[in-house]
Amino acid sequence: MTYRTFEEDRRARRARHAAQPGGAALAVGLGLLLLGGLAARQYAGQQAPRRPADSAPGRTARRRRFGDYAVTGRSVTINRPRRDIYDFWRDFSNLSKFMENIESVHASGDITRWTISAPMGHAVDVVTRIVSDRPGEEIAWRSTEDSEIDTEGKVMFRDAPGARGTVVETVIAYRPPMGELGRIVATLFQDEPGVQARRNLKRLKMLLETGEIATNRNRNDG
Amino acid sequence: MRALTYHGSHDVRVDTVPDPEIVNPRDAIIEVTSTAICGSDLHLYDGVIPGVMSGDILGHEFMGRVVETGSGSTLKKGQRVVVPFTISCGQCFHCKMQQFSACDNSNPAEKQDLTEPLYGHPLSGLFGYSHLTGGYPGGQAEYVRVPFSDVGPIVIPEGMDDDEVLFLSDILPTGWMAAENADITEGDTVAVWGCGPVGLFAVQSARIMGAHQVIAIDHHPHRLELARLMGAKVIDYTQTHVLEALMEMTGGIGPDAVIDAVGMESHGFAPDNVFDTIKQKVGIGADAPHALRMAIMAVRKGGRISMPGVYGGFADKFPLGALMEKGLQLRTGQTHVQRYTKDLLRRIQEGEIDTTFLISHRLPLEEAPRGYANFKNNQNEWTKVVLKPGTAAV
Repeated sequence: MTYRTFEEDRRARRARHAAQPGGAALAVGLGLLLLGGLAARQYAGQQAPRRPADSAPGRTARRRRFGDYAVTGRSVTINRPRRDIYDFWRDFSNLSKFMENIESVHASGDITRWTISAPMGHAVDVVTRIVSDRPGEEIAWRSTEDSEIDTEGKVMFRDAPGARGTVVETVIAYRPPMGELGRIVATLFQDEPGVQARRNLKRLKMLLETGEIATNRNRNDG
Repeated sequence: MRALTYHGSHDVRVDTVPDPEIVNPRDAIIEVTSTAICGSDLHLYDGVIPGVMSGDILGHEFMGRVVETGSGSTLKKGQRVVVPFTISCGQCFHCKMQQFSACDNSNPAEKQDLTEPLYGHPLSGLFGYSHLTGGYPGGQAEYVRVPFSDVGPIVIPEGMDDDEVLFLSDILPTGWMAAENADITEGDTVAVWGCGPVGLFAVQSARIMGAHQVIAIDHHPHRLELARLMGAKVIDYTQTHVLEALMEMTGGIGPDAVIDAVGMESHGFAPDNVFDTIKQKVGIGADAPHALRMAIMAVRKGGRISMPGVYGGFADKFPLGALMEKGLQLRTGQTHVQRYTKDLLRRIQEGEIDTTFLISHRLPLEEAPRGYANFKNNQNEWTKVVLKPGTAAV
């Protein structure tokens, strides 16, 4: 039986090590690989086929802007028949009962004039024309040239599964005044349409399910 | 009116504030005759629950007489009622399924924004328990505005004493639901961590539900004595290795179900707990789940964990591996009070359940700050404090 001594073993290991490229060469190699990798990734990113669309609504996309428009929206399930909710919404004078930001509404025919509160005590006039009205299903609107805000949106009603009532879904696209900065400022003041839509739909649900809107106010003057 | 208000950690005062009015149609105004300090109020008192503002009226265990009703209320002036701490509309999806503490409609819309990012869903409204749950003025006051008064309050027959029924507002249904969540069948051993009011009522409820033995764990001798009176065997964790004892008291199997009636501010000098407490004090970790960790380790394979104790945030070193590998079930939640009040009132009337044993101190509302300090610092003797508005300070 022959043993390899410790010294022989060390010599063997050194010999193997010496056959490999030197440290400097290794570093340069790794650096090239890294650069190559980054370039390849950049190239692949440009060449990659668009990923197939998933099932999620567009307003939940990581990308929040579509051209110059910000898109926002929200769904809520309300334990009431679809037609009742449509009828309530279609009478636009009802909207100020649960939309905190609406100061006044005047409808004549297809044209509706809205005065909507904006950050820092300002108000904007929005004028919209109804572009689609399918009773019990959908109401869609688009701003006219008289409107101070360029916006379009729709509200859709569909039966919820399992006798849970009606799913009410709103989608609003708008061109934020002063662009993205304007949108961020409006969010800070909680006047951004996404924030408003979220709260307004919750208030609508409260009003239609319970007949009142929850408040922690202890007094009518408070 | 006079009301107990929050001014900061360990600083509560009785102030004069405007009387409440009917604001919404289904409101009623209750003149409070009895209101209690809850163990979960101590989490507010210690400042470990976010969203409590200076001037907020605390208290969520209260009862009294109806003095005013809105047009949509079904109550009548003069009726005596106990008010559940959970505010529930009775008409949303969750209320229809009797998940009253998950009501969609009781937390004001703008307040829902506070908990949606924190928990994924907004919480429902509770009386006197921070703006996360609506910022509703609480019951440690002379008068309370009670929303959805046609759904929550339970009318109490004349002739029954306040002390007999006050705890229908929270801790009795909470102890009952804790036992229900433990899914007890005959022959079961149930271990209960914490012999505060909820733990003691859980002991009592587990016995009624047919548990073979209930083992209660705490360190206050008087509270352990109360647990013994309720029919529990007791373990004082300052004297005994809890996990070893539980195995030996169950023939080497472990308890079939465990109940964590301690929550986010565990006591005990175990290393994990010391670390959690420090993090809680400096504000980088909300929960100190030492009792829950131990309960998960103790429970038998395939057993059940019931968690009535209050937690608010995130837990470190949570024994997730034990939970999965042992095949455990975990059930928890704020109590669906309205689901239980009627049945529990009947059990009190029939003498099956007694709640009066718990009350150690009755104080005028004016002395509420003293009540808080002692309920926190002298837990052995101060097991439950009932405040009586309208009685003179002594």
